[in-house]
Amino acid sequence: MMLNIGRLGFWLTSLFLLCTPVLPLQAAESLLEFDTPEQADYYTELLGEYRCLKCQNQSLSDSQASLAIDLRREIHERVLAGEPKAAIDDYLVARYGEFVLYRPRFTSATLLLWVGPFVLLAIAIVFAVRLARREPQVANDPSSSALDEARQLLGESGSVESGSGQPDGSKGEQTAPLR
Amino acid sequence: MLLKLFPLVIFLGIAGFLWKGLSLDPGTLPSPLIDKPAPSFSVATLDTESPPFDSAGMLGQVWVLNVWASWCGPCAQEHPQLVALSEVRDIPIVGLNYKDAPEDARLWLNRYGNIFSDVLADKDGDVGLDWGVYGVPETFLIDAEGRVRMKHVGPVLPSDLEQKLLPAIDSLVAS
Repeated sequence: MMLNIGRLGFWLTSLFLLCTPVLPLQAAESLLEFDTPEQADYYTELLGEYRCLKCQNQSLSDSQASLAIDLRREIHERVLAGEPKAAIDDYLVARYGEFVLYRPRFTSATLLLWVGPFVLLAIAIVFAVRLARREPQVANDPSSSALDEARQLLGESGSVESGSGQPDGSKGEQTAPLR
Repeated sequence: MLLKLFPLVIFLGIAGFLWKGLSLDPGTLPSPLIDKPAPSFSVATLDTESPPFDSAGMLGQVWVLNVWASWCGPCAQEHPQLVALSEVRDIPIVGLNYKDAPEDARLWLNRYGNIFSDVLADKDGDVGLDWGVYGVPETFLIDAEGRVRMKHVGPVLPSDLEQKLLPAIDSLVAS
């Protein structure tokens, strides 16, 4: 029993160590200085808005690519100079295109990107409504060929009714003439 | 009848886009610089004895800017194509040595051959930043009025040279 408790302690400690965040890894580069805490917040917020071009599924704040490091340095200088977000957007878009922004601006070039999904959704709704309103035609149509065929089959053999009520498989043999 | 075909049309449209998407390389981004004035810059050359290079001096001629580095594997792969280009067309090929150590760059040029009209030392990548460089090698084609007309990301393969670069150069030189 004592052994078991000792083991439990070991595993709990291991688990705790595994969960400890590995924070100091990125500390080397991020020792940036700002004049005010607002500037630091603004800087952090900006980095989440821009895509790293080298590693496209990461934002500038996530990436350790050398290009991302350069761009962070550039943005840091612009934040210190008090530039608004629109100016920094312009700087990046002029070099890398709208793609660098996670939320592209609403221009003629990005119109389809912004509006397209809603247009497709509207079309889908229109068709869904039309489909739902359509009356079931086949069931109401007494002259349908499928119904005729069914009647013909039923009319030909009266023995179906006597056999159909029997769940017992052995009785099924008696209705075999249907085939 | 037309309305009934509408979903099919939409499906074909989406299928067309996705089909096209299969053959696109997501790593190749269109440059916003195309047909715009090339960013002007003045930067030291690798050969420290010659004066700094000024991009304004290239006005009036069609030229190529090749961004390379000694640490870049694909640059060595594309270099034979640049050598071939320098042999078949008489236009300046300017090499922008991007974020590199000068001594490494010199060794690399000795090994693979220096066909550049100028080798520019962009040690901190500032010029590269202005040109929107995001992956080395990159190759730009600039016309006589100083506008960027073409950008090629990644190594210039023999097929790129034949089908992309040379026709573009010829049409620019002719006009």
